[in-house]
Amino acid sequence: MADGLVQARGLTKRFGRVEAVRGIDLDVGRGEVFGFLGPNGAGKSSAMRMIACVSPRTAGDLQVLGLDPDRDGPAVRARIGVVPQLDNLDLELTVRQNLHLYGRYFGLPRAAVRAKAVELLEFARLTERADDEVEPLSGGMKRRLTIARALVNDPELLLLDEPTTGLDPQARHLVWERLYRLKREGVTQIVTTHYMDEAEQLCDRLVVMDGGVIVAEGTPRELIERYSTREVLELRFEPEHRPAGDALAEVLAGRVDRVEDLPDRLLVYTADGDAAQAAVAAAGHRPLAALVRRSSLEDVFLRLTGRTLVD
Amino acid sequence: MTAEGVRSTGRVPGRLGGVARVVENHWEWYRRNWRATAVSTIVQPLLFLLAFGVGFGALVRGSGQAAAATGGADYLAWLAPGLLAMSAVQTGAFDSTYPVLSGFKWQRTYSAMTAGPITPGQVALGHLGWLAVKMAGAGLVFVAVIALLGGATGAGILVSVPIAVLTGVAVAAPITAYSATLETEGASFPAIFRFVVIPMTLFSGTFFPVDRLPELVRPLVWVSPLWHGTELARPVALGGPWPAWPAVVGHVVFLAALLAAGTALAVRTFTRRLAR
Repeated sequence: MADGLVQARGLTKRFGRVEAVRGIDLDVGRGEVFGFLGPNGAGKSSAMRMIACVSPRTAGDLQVLGLDPDRDGPAVRARIGVVPQLDNLDLELTVRQNLHLYGRYFGLPRAAVRAKAVELLEFARLTERADDEVEPLSGGMKRRLTIARALVNDPELLLLDEPTTGLDPQARHLVWERLYRLKREGVTQIVTTHYMDEAEQLCDRLVVMDGGVIVAEGTPRELIERYSTREVLELRFEPEHRPAGDALAEVLAGRVDRVEDLPDRLLVYTADGDAAQAAVAAAGHRPLAALVRRSSLEDVFLRLTGRTLVD
Repeated sequence: MTAEGVRSTGRVPGRLGGVARVVENHWEWYRRNWRATAVSTIVQPLLFLLAFGVGFGALVRGSGQAAAATGGADYLAWLAPGLLAMSAVQTGAFDSTYPVLSGFKWQRTYSAMTAGPITPGQVALGHLGWLAVKMAGAGLVFVAVIALLGGATGAGILVSVPIAVLTGVAVAAPITAYSATLETEGASFPAIFRFVVIPMTLFSGTFFPVDRLPELVRPLVWVSPLWHGTELARPVALGGPWPAWPAVVGHVVFLAALLAAGTALAVRTFTRRLAR
């Protein structure tokens, strides 16, 4: 295996009768930020837990850092960092103690852990709160501490399961900025998310998962080029004036790729949003609001699965 | 943090090392939060000692019946090793219910440990190991107070501390295993206290000898780990009278078997819960 940190072939996870991950292939290289994009229940977290060597696979081949998780689970776990979906900090200990004790699990000597904690506190912008208890910290601070804690062993691979779910926009941007810094330092990351903006921000390459399988793979840009148009015209109507998606597609025939009929709006996929908007007006339709934007991974997902990512 | 191609600093801490790290974590937590649990581990047994040993003891002292029951020993001295074992059992039972479920469910600290090189089995063993340390510490404090109150007849009571610890951990292990199988506490924990711990506390020969119980219920006493522990801790503390040696072996084997089975089960249920 060349420089692959993670290599999976036909990776499968079953819980009783439910097949959460249905035979996926993956290759993640060193230094890459790789994403799993998909709605809740797509199998992203199950895949992550297998890569993290905590959940044994049901079938298929998996190598992480060149080792088999079934045989060398602890050895792999000693060399990776994990940021779980739900924070699992020790709330009744201080910020610093959380870092110290976590480092000790990785066989680090006390002095090394103490020095590392100072560096990580700075990284997480928590130096001021170092000796405060974790419990009263804000959600963003706790998240940053969880990320900092995952770095205590200088991991060769960092796994982040929905790193910014539940955070306010400002806190999210700070987390993204920190993760970008890690990327620049060469830390390989695997991220799961159901936010397309997060995937676009962070990932060099990603797979779109739905129903336990990979439905598309590529860079964010490739995926948008392959599965969507350059621009999207979003239209909102009063219910009584709203045209059916098919009818609108007919009116705009030749000018647009396709029209998506969502409960709250119509999405018109086209190379030229302004021209499409003018055509809509010329056909006598009076939308309440019209917005031309660039295509995003959200549109890719809609195209691939017929559903939106976050409902 | 990590430059390209550089090896992580993390290592697998080894089989015992991993358990020691878990104990260390519990100790750090306790050092910071001991006040919250000091009441149940230290103050409560002392209250029992005052109420029964000093208060109730004064009532029965001098009556020939009490002396006959205790084999001539002063009631406070007779009671002390029993309370020592009892408080270890109570610590073992309580600390293996809510705190264990919290490790899985509320604070999820167990999943944090096993995301690193620590195994679920080491988390279970670390929990029980920590309880042994905590019971031993609380036991020594308890012995010091008894000595001050004049309830220690000799150095033998120090030997009853490890016996109390064995008893407490033997009770803690199966409860720990059970707690790891629960999704919510529901009625299970109150039921353990009501129908297992409290009857065991009352009818294991802690406060009065079990031969004062009706013949019919006495076999029930034999399944009580606390009775086995008390039967060992008491003669050690008082310097006799010793039960027949097969009885001594029986008590030790019972407690050791319960501990071994409970520990094996706990390792299993922790693994099943954390690696799914």
